[in-house]
Amino acid sequence: MSKAVVFRGARVVDPASGRDETADVRIEGEQITDIGKISTNHAEEIDCAGLILAPGFVDLHAHLREPGREDAETVATGTRAAARGGYTAVCAMANTDPVADSAAIVEQVVALGRAAGLADVYPVGAISVGLQGEQLAELGEMATSSARVNFFSDDGKCVQSAGLMRRALEYARAFDAVIANHAEEGALASGGHMNEGEVSSILGIAGIPAEAEEVILARDLALAKLTGARLHVPHVSTAGTVELIRAAKARGVRVTAEATPHHLALTDDLVSGYDPVYKVAPPLRTRDDVDAVRKGLADGTIDCVATDHAPHPPEDKEREFDLAPCGMLNLETALGVVVTELLDPGLLGWLRLIEAMSTAPARARGLDGHGGPIAPGTPANLVVFDPATAWIVEPEKLASKSKNTPFAGRTLKGKVVHTMLRGRFTVREGSDADGQR
Amino acid sequence: MIRHLLSIKDLDPEGIERVLATAATFQADGPRIMRKYPTLRGKTVVNLFYEASTRTRTSFELAAKRLSADVVNFSVSGSAVEKGESLKDTAQTIEAMGVDAIVIRHSSSGAPNRLAGWVSASVINAGDGMHEHPTQALLDLYTIRQHFGSFSGLRVAIVGDIAHSRVARSNVWGLQMMGADVTLVGPPTLLPPRVEGWGVETTADIEAVLPKADVVYLLRMQLERGTGATVPTLREYSRLWGLDAARATLLKDEALIMHPGPMNRGVEITADAAELPRSVITDQVANGVAVRMALLYLMLGGRDAREEVPVE
Ligand SMILES: [Zn+2]
Repeated sequence: MSKAVVFRGARVVDPASGRDETADVRIEGEQITDIGKISTNHAEEIDCAGLILAPGFVDLHAHLREPGREDAETVATGTRAAARGGYTAVCAMANTDPVADSAAIVEQVVALGRAAGLADVYPVGAISVGLQGEQLAELGEMATSSARVNFFSDDGKCVQSAGLMRRALEYARAFDAVIANHAEEGALASGGHMNEGEVSSILGIAGIPAEAEEVILARDLALAKLTGARLHVPHVSTAGTVELIRAAKARGVRVTAEATPHHLALTDDLVSGYDPVYKVAPPLRTRDDVDAVRKGLADGTIDCVATDHAPHPPEDKEREFDLAPCGMLNLETALGVVVTELLDPGLLGWLRLIEAMSTAPARARGLDGHGGPIAPGTPANLVVFDPATAWIVEPEKLASKSKNTPFAGRTLKGKVVHTMLRGRFTVREGSDADGQR
Repeated sequence: MIRHLLSIKDLDPEGIERVLATAATFQADGPRIMRKYPTLRGKTVVNLFYEASTRTRTSFELAAKRLSADVVNFSVSGSAVEKGESLKDTAQTIEAMGVDAIVIRHSSSGAPNRLAGWVSASVINAGDGMHEHPTQALLDLYTIRQHFGSFSGLRVAIVGDIAHSRVARSNVWGLQMMGADVTLVGPPTLLPPRVEGWGVETTADIEAVLPKADVVYLLRMQLERGTGATVPTLREYSRLWGLDAARATLLKDEALIMHPGPMNRGVEITADAAELPRSVITDQVANGVAVRMALLYLMLGGRDAREEVPVE
């Protein structure tokens, strides 16, 4: 049996219990067994002075690319990146090849996650067959499979038909499942490759107006109200979207929302050099939008941070802007971006930050064992990070198979020291660990 | 001189003046350049055209040959782009051959910017997507200066599909840099998004603009079909925003009619309007060779044109 571990003297930030204080945390086997002032008793002691210990991060939105695009990422490399970023749970998006629209595929993704053993992988099922937006996928088959999928999205593709969206929301209620719709009205977005605005106008790149997101979201919120179903809003990118969600929550609509590190940090003027590393869906927006999304995340209108980690190999990104695919790496840099861009400037505190990175996304999907509370008898899914150390993002050092990070060369604060998945280290002392201890 | 010409904004007003003055020396014996200069002997210019454009390619080719450069035409069809060699691969291939300048025409906005990052040769943008067409703007500026001598206070009306036009973008920035006032004319569906940021006036009323304009510049109009169409029909466009001889009578006596070509006769301009004495559309074509010579000369040769002695 593995030896017990005591994390000594960490600042324990645990939104589920409301705890934010210096404490020791003891792990035995897969579980937390004690918290408080603990004597080292037949345990390995790990000094955590100056470090923050929190429930492991939970990502509602990542593209692990397997099956189908193993040249861009695999479940193993993607969860390695996740572990390095402090994540213990990752939701794998459905736009694989074949599409995750059947029990067989979602079960395969779970199995790949288990085999890698670096994070719990929860597949997101497709809403429609083949992401085609025409016919409802077998949500029930996926929900009742061993993968127990309770979260569905045609991510990257918006469900354009209001009729299908209504049916999906209604049907999902049978399984208390969540429908997450990529909000982008097809005709308004048609041909667009970046935010429509002053920058696109000068660059001569066809734009996607903020309203393409907002008109679909307004529709979806109305349908969520009509059906009483649970709607999740992925990658909020506009100030108008934040307002719509705020108003819907006030009306009691069952809606949750996420923001990505890039929509919290980056603006559309970065596209000026035509480098597709800045091409993403929804597109980078304006400073006003970024400010609104930050404020929405800080005040809880937007529940959580999700990465939309989207690896692409160099040959796909090193080309003309309009011919390149959308997407950016984020799993390894999310904590650093949120600390540097939101916590440091004082927009939110540690409890809210950890809630947004862990507790709220775990709750949005009902992931037991993740997101805290940090309490005796709960699974030891934890992250320990240094909130103060600055580091420079070097793409070639990332664990992801792809290198398309928009944060290359940036100095970020907040570096993961240990990540623990059910009592086993996936990152230890800042280095990859294979789960032994 | 600049290393790349990706946007007209890569030049400052002095740089533009220098190009125009150099072009004028090449036309000292008349608008058609018959002489050949030795300046770029031993240099290689590649025409890398991802869109068919005989007119622009030929103009660059003539310009380079009149300066004694070797010219290689590298045409890539649209389908080859989809499945074949990537732009980066092609760039590296051309780079390995050791060339001095790459003239690129591409349907993707920013393709020349990408190319410039991958090669050591000079990159000249011969039109990229809806972004820019800086040599077109230079030859247009040259043509305007031929007639008015300077730009300050000139009123230029650009009419038509501004939103999708690389010609319009380069001309607006170039004209503004040189001190002209620009008015964009057309229905709001053809104006670029957030046009407020462009520092121009806009109007849908061409007849209100013509009496005040020193130059009316008509853009090529193509019909998009379906729900995204920017105008209902070309017939309606022609009636409301096209220039015919009758509407041209609203212009001042000294005002010019310009068009980047190729014209859709009967759509943005009628044949009789294009053939009015005030129309300088064929001058634009002739001036294109001189301006492109000047540009290649300054970017690749670096000497003063007045020191040059023709070889033929
Ligand atoms: Zn996504």
